Amino acid sequence: MNPLPEGWELVVGLEVHVELSTASKMWCGCSTEFGGEPNTNVCPVCTGQPGALPVANARAVHDAILLGLALDGTIAPRCRFHRKNYFYPDLAKNYQISQYDVPLVSDGHLDVELEVDGRREVRRVGIERLHMEEDTGKSVHLGATGRLHGADRSLIDYNRSGVPLLEIVSRPDVRDPETAQAYLRELQGIVRSLEVSDARMEEGSIRCDANVSVRRHGEPLGTRCEIKNLNSVRSLGRAIRAEAERQVALIEAGGEVVMETRHWDEEAGVTRTLRRKETVTDYRYFPDPDLVELVTTPERIAEVRAELPELPSATRARLVAAGAAPDQANALVTGGLVEVLDAAVADGAPTASAVNWLVGDVTGRLSALGLEIGASGLTGAHLAALIGLVEAGTLSTAMARQVLDVLLEERGTRGPSDIARERGLEQVSDAGALEGVVAAVVADDPASVAAVRAGNERAIGALMGKVMRETGGRADPRVVNELLRAAIAATEDDA
Amino acid sequence: MSLDEAEVRHVARLARLALPDEEIAALAPQLSAILAYAEQVREVAADEVEPTTHPLGLTDVLRADVRTPSTERDAILAGAPDPEEGRFAVPRIVDDETGGAS
Amino acid sequence: MSALVGATAVELAGRMARGETSAREVVDAHLDAIEAHDATLGAFLAVTGESARAHADDVDRRRRGGEALGPLAGVPLALKDVLTMRGAPTTCGSRMLEGWVPPYDSTVVERLRAADVVILGKTNMDEFAMGSSTENSAFHPTRNPWDLERVPGGSSGGSAAAVAAGLAPLAIGTDTGGSIRQPAAFCGIVGGKPTYGTVSRHGLVAFASSLDQAGPLAGTVEDTALLHAVIAGHDPRDSTSNPDDPADVVERLTDGVSGLTVGVVRELSGEGYEPGVAAAFAGALERLERLGARIEEVSLPHAPYGLPAYYLVAPSEASSNLARFDGVRYGLRVDAPTAEEMNAATRAAGFGPEVRRRIMIGTHALSSGYYDAYYLQASRVRTLIARDFAAAFERIDVLVSPTAPTVAFPLGDKASDPLAMYLNDVATVPASLAGVPALSVPAGLAEPVGGGDPLPVGLQLMAALGRDDLAYRVAWAFEQDLAFDRHPRGARAMAVGS
Repeated sequence: MNPLPEGWELVVGLEVHVELSTASKMWCGCSTEFGGEPNTNVCPVCTGQPGALPVANARAVHDAILLGLALDGTIAPRCRFHRKNYFYPDLAKNYQISQYDVPLVSDGHLDVELEVDGRREVRRVGIERLHMEEDTGKSVHLGATGRLHGADRSLIDYNRSGVPLLEIVSRPDVRDPETAQAYLRELQGIVRSLEVSDARMEEGSIRCDANVSVRRHGEPLGTRCEIKNLNSVRSLGRAIRAEAERQVALIEAGGEVVMETRHWDEEAGVTRTLRRKETVTDYRYFPDPDLVELVTTPERIAEVRAELPELPSATRARLVAAGAAPDQANALVTGGLVEVLDAAVADGAPTASAVNWLVGDVTGRLSALGLEIGASGLTGAHLAALIGLVEAGTLSTAMARQVLDVLLEERGTRGPSDIARERGLEQVSDAGALEGVVAAVVADDPASVAAVRAGNERAIGALMGKVMRETGGRADPRVVNELLRAAIAATEDDA
Repeated sequence: MSLDEAEVRHVARLARLALPDEEIAALAPQLSAILAYAEQVREVAADEVEPTTHPLGLTDVLRADVRTPSTERDAILAGAPDPEEGRFAVPRIVDDETGGAS
Repeated sequence: MSALVGATAVELAGRMARGETSAREVVDAHLDAIEAHDATLGAFLAVTGESARAHADDVDRRRRGGEALGPLAGVPLALKDVLTMRGAPTTCGSRMLEGWVPPYDSTVVERLRAADVVILGKTNMDEFAMGSSTENSAFHPTRNPWDLERVPGGSSGGSAAAVAAGLAPLAIGTDTGGSIRQPAAFCGIVGGKPTYGTVSRHGLVAFASSLDQAGPLAGTVEDTALLHAVIAGHDPRDSTSNPDDPADVVERLTDGVSGLTVGVVRELSGEGYEPGVAAAFAGALERLERLGARIEEVSLPHAPYGLPAYYLVAPSEASSNLARFDGVRYGLRVDAPTAEEMNAATRAAGFGPEVRRRIMIGTHALSSGYYDAYYLQASRVRTLIARDFAAAFERIDVLVSPTAPTVAFPLGDKASDPLAMYLNDVATVPASLAGVPALSVPAGLAEPVGGGDPLPVGLQLMAALGRDDLAYRVAWAFEQDLAFDRHPRGARAMAVGS
């Protein structure tokens, strides 16, 4: 797992930002909806108009406590909001309201499960702090490249300004890219199970920066670089690996790592200097005088704790206990499929087949369609019905797959039975309905009948094929087989 | 404590004020005099005295997570020095220091 | 019919209620007075005649329709230009905001409108409320109606001068370290800084958020109390707004001082206070005693550290509050090739020298390596001062001091020496730091140092947090007995009306 040459150790700490999916922003009543026309979800507060004042969103504070408890953190009995002062056009007030010396949550941890040499292993990553802050606006850079460098001017949209953010800072406990990736995935899973954020990396509702350093075993921590622009779990792993390799090569060549922020170039697969940190930015933090202290009592903590749903690690354990393989359990949790699974089982589907359907056919189709389970329309009741139809012999597995295709295409507007009926996909298992066809086929192919009678079992396949052709593939093979044998036996009796 | 011109220049950079040299030179003794006066605060108040940052000591002032109507974009952009395509235009940003929340 | 201009709000309201005049007549008379005299005085930055007349007509219409109106309905008011009002520019006395029309109303304006107080216009002020003379206005100075060669005080100098000159019976100012009380004292009127959190700061362009309070100015204690009652009250849009009901300053206003204990703050008199001020203050104490108050000397041992603490806390907060003025979203922009240079050029050009100076002090006080020694230490001193007040108010009802160490000083007198200007706030900042309510009420006239016609002296009355009513009660009894003639007079005075 250690990607580095013998004798080297990788040290990684992660900073994750999660945008909360509250209805309104952190300090004002503007919508947090993603993707509106520029500057349409704005007001005097989130555009920093003179005289406008922030009032904290109760739901955001609640969500932060909830996530803090899910991460087994300590909730500060009293804490404040601080102002982090720096000038940037997308920062409407030229200070960001954040937390400083006392974060809302400290000293948590997250256990991640990894497969190491074929065995599953649990790694604990410490969480130093979780604090509340606000998002900034977005800049569009006009010019040749569309990026900041080389732009002539920039246009600012404050729709995201003031959207509540949680910053989660891990301890430098991560020693390999896989653990970093598992940590991010696990955090994503927790945040989703708590329903505090949709945690989509592509929309920026979860973002991750990595602090990477290397050292020879036994030596003190090396100089770290902060890697930005990590747009997927995959790029997190690639970037850590590339950065660690760069640092080792640099040191082995007699160079020195410089403390700096580096930009991950996804296409080139390398990190590049973004800015040097030799002069530490002086943010002039001080308590925001527009906001008052937050007090969280033990009673309040107990209240929020009672709301904690089953966390992904517990869900995985439960699924494994119910018979799912560990990687299936993992896939169900990361795919957000557990709710549908539980509902299907509650509706009478056997766990094993529900798991197989979800991890196999459903997951494959969702990814091909680029759909999240929530948007697919597939419910537990649908899945239970589909499995029921197969078990009852009404649908063959192949037909059931076709029904699933249609169901997803229609986003679940109709159930499996309706689809099967309308498409004529139902299997014909009624012996009465098939006897005529079977009799005709047997009468029509005395050679095959004779072959079967002579003990050539394979010859029955030809007869089966004919019956299936005649019935448009809808005949239940099990029933046809029985009918054919009976019919052949009858000709024998006749003879 | 007194501030020399280099320190005044550093503070002006932090405060994002383009001050001409004459003003930097004039400010150095002025700020030094004001700070020397203000430094009296160090004569009292030991470390164990809790700082007061809010006279009433209110706590937990929160609002329900409810949407309220946003302001018309035109009204927000009406005061903008350089509105463009429904956004606020600025010249080239050189300092990529802190773009995006960090 | 006696003059409308120069009358008190209560007199005007009474005449309107009795049908002797209309809101429109009252408003027109004041707009005419502004038109005639404000070129000399310089109290206003903008006059909103059209909306004032429309509002007055509406009040008259509703009165004729038999609607029950508030006690100040139809009375005109001058609004400090640091509070937002839709449809009118808010400049804060700065070039930085020239041309900015706020897209929303401040809570103070909403409450004034709801009480049918008619806003005549926006008054001049020290830029972003930083100053004690109104000379830091980017537009023009305001003159003191008692002596046109002298300052009206500041930063709410436009509001105080407008009331003293009779251009408006009522005004709103804001007070961060004395910006209502000191100009009230200099102009011979009444001005009050409510308990912090009593008046919403929503729409008040922030100077120092933990200190700023809007408050009333008027010719009499009763008018001031009535205006206080209109603007006081909880506002969920301001996190620092007090959710408890504000003290009722009107109900027991006339109960007198008999049985109350008045504390004389030892540290807020003596050295540094002009002899005329000291004499007027001594006379005020005798008067209060004669009226039945028990007078005691009280020590606020940390009060002398108030001014140094204030000049760290207020600029620190200001340096951050004023960061938003950067040429991106509103107001002035000075073009430059890059965003950073544009910010820096805009801020250097848009802010005047005093604002730049305070931003520099505040930025330094918060910066790495200095925060603990300056901002944090000043915040600790604040705790000590608040404790001093709390201890005093355990046995004292109202603390008194001169409002300012001097009477109004000549224009330009302290312009070159920032520290000398700051020292004028020495008596007012302790109450600001503790958040306690404080009023200034005229205590008579005193000859200025260096000679000249006598000028007003203010008596400062401070009460415990939330006990604004006690300060008003003592102020009313004192005012009744003193019978101060608030109309400016003297060789260089500008008297309007009466």
